[in-house]
Amino acid sequence: MTSTTTSVVTPRRPWVNRNNSLKELIPTIVISAALAALVVNFTGLAGPLGSYVAFVAAYLIVSFFFGLRHDKVKAVDKVMTTLVCAGFFTAFIPWVSILFAVFKRGAEAVYWGYFTSDMSVTSGDDELNMGGLSHAIVGSGIILLIASLIAIPFGIITAVYITEIKGRLSGLVRVMVQSMSGVPSIVAGLFVFTVMVTGKGFSAISGAVALSILMLPTVARTTEEVLKLIPEDLRTSAYALGATQTATTFRIVLPAARAGLVTASMLGVARVGGETAPLIMTSFYLANFSTDTSGHPLASLPMYIYQNFTNGTDLALSRAWGGAAVLLSLIFIIFTIARLASGRAKG
Amino acid sequence: MQTTLPERRQITAKSRTSDKAFQGVVTTGALSAFVVLALIAGFLFVRSTEVFRTFGFDFITTSKWDPGSVDDGRAAQFGVAAMLIGSIIVSTMAMIFALPFVMGTSLFLEYYISRKIRFVLVSILDLMAAIPSIIYGLWGYLVLMPYASQWAASINKYLGWIPIFAVERENFDASPFVASLVLCLMILPIASSVTREVYSRAPQDQITAAYALGASRWGAIRAVVLPFGLSGLVGGMLLGLGRALGETIAVLLTLNLVFAVKFQVLASAGGNVASLIASKFGEAGPLELKALLAAGLVLFVLTLLVNFGASLIVGRAARSMK
Repeated sequence: MTSTTTSVVTPRRPWVNRNNSLKELIPTIVISAALAALVVNFTGLAGPLGSYVAFVAAYLIVSFFFGLRHDKVKAVDKVMTTLVCAGFFTAFIPWVSILFAVFKRGAEAVYWGYFTSDMSVTSGDDELNMGGLSHAIVGSGIILLIASLIAIPFGIITAVYITEIKGRLSGLVRVMVQSMSGVPSIVAGLFVFTVMVTGKGFSAISGAVALSILMLPTVARTTEEVLKLIPEDLRTSAYALGATQTATTFRIVLPAARAGLVTASMLGVARVGGETAPLIMTSFYLANFSTDTSGHPLASLPMYIYQNFTNGTDLALSRAWGGAAVLLSLIFIIFTIARLASGRAKG
Repeated sequence: MQTTLPERRQITAKSRTSDKAFQGVVTTGALSAFVVLALIAGFLFVRSTEVFRTFGFDFITTSKWDPGSVDDGRAAQFGVAAMLIGSIIVSTMAMIFALPFVMGTSLFLEYYISRKIRFVLVSILDLMAAIPSIIYGLWGYLVLMPYASQWAASINKYLGWIPIFAVERENFDASPFVASLVLCLMILPIASSVTREVYSRAPQDQITAAYALGASRWGAIRAVVLPFGLSGLVGGMLLGLGRALGETIAVLLTLNLVFAVKFQVLASAGGNVASLIASKFGEAGPLELKALLAAGLVLFVLTLLVNFGASLIVGRAARSMK
């Protein structure tokens, strides 16, 4: 008997940083930082942004010469590595700046009463310890709730049609959902405006309808992805036990995809929660606290920001940043819930 | 001894009544996307026929936007040329700005870092995609604009002899340049997530083969990943273009709408169909509203075409990979 030994070959990954390349990394950084400092001192480049540009440029040159110590191929590789990394990190600068601006300048406007009072007796350029955005939070909540009640069932039904029934129109439906996700929000707003608002006035309901148009594709596509992950065995087992398709869908497939459905719904809400353009044309803005869904306008967080932005005074702008901070926090929270739920779905 | 077999059960593939009802309901529901799209298109079309009949092709080719006046008998005149060209200029510039960053981000996430860090960074990127456009607009106007105006001023100083970088007056605020920088940021997450997805499916054996032949990492990327992922990149950028064309509020906040066709991208004057609708609907009379609906129809058709092209390209790329 000959015994065979099998060894599992683990592929080398040449793109992983090895120690020797790390040894080159440190001098490269030091030298280019020194170069960048010189450049910033003696030319027009200034400030953190100028320093960054100088550093990237210096790094490009230094890494090229370090590469040349090996050969030209290595040198080109190093330059491209620098460019790719710079492309990535540069893209993050504005986002860091956005988060910084929103939370720093938003903090000026936020105080305890900010969440409990409305703007009915306060105007945009009153001191920041008066008024708040309780009306906008509640308004947004109402509009989003109604929009969800419309969009989530239809979104799930659409996905069920594509994955469970697999009807003849599946391809068409998928294309339609795809096209729908490309509908500009202002067009959805314009449509609802002419159908539901002209002659009747602004209302929360019309805002919700406009948002549901934008929400449906997100819910449908995410749900479709989720339902596709449900193992086919579950369905065939159910059929083998004599379950009807109705029972299989409602008692087996959808419950199994529970967490994924939460993700889909949350992503839908996060997608439209900050939409402003359709709301300008549908639910508009109201300074008072209200829960009426029809007959008159209703406040919402994006419109609160927009309203204070167009007001334009320093205090109003602070309020706009405050609204932005609240809106962004809420959206991030919703997004995180969606992520956690999908993490659980994958097990 | 004789055993009596139970009577053989009939096996059919016929759907039961409950299933038929279920299928009927779901099919009807699934057509909602179709119905909504048809309603929007049909509605916009029907309501705007009067505008197209009155102004004909002038609606697309002229750029005067005047609701007219009853007092001095001035006739109304509407044309979206300036806005349409403005939309295309701003979105195209956004695409050009975004391209290197989309490529950098996708390549970096897919080929330059470990799987664990990638997961975290991709989550952050997704989160950034969720930042509402009103916040991009707010930041673009209050934080970016002072910087961008400076940049525009220096571009104008050194490259002003190129016609598109010339300005008539030294005002660089709220220019197409600023608006397209903001749009560039907004389309980055979506465009790079599509591109990264396609890049990630580049054939690993060919990459390994490139390494085996002595290629550097960049050599492997240039020889295998970039040609392979070209359609993904094009599709992703087109999807971003569709977004950029339809974006309203961020552009409304950062662009000064002027009703004249201008190609000077650094000057404080530009056009945008979506922003036009948002800024004019409030005080619009019946005819102007119809003109806005017609503008909406133009925008709708344009974005639909771009998105359709994008999904066609991405879909073909995905199919050829299987």
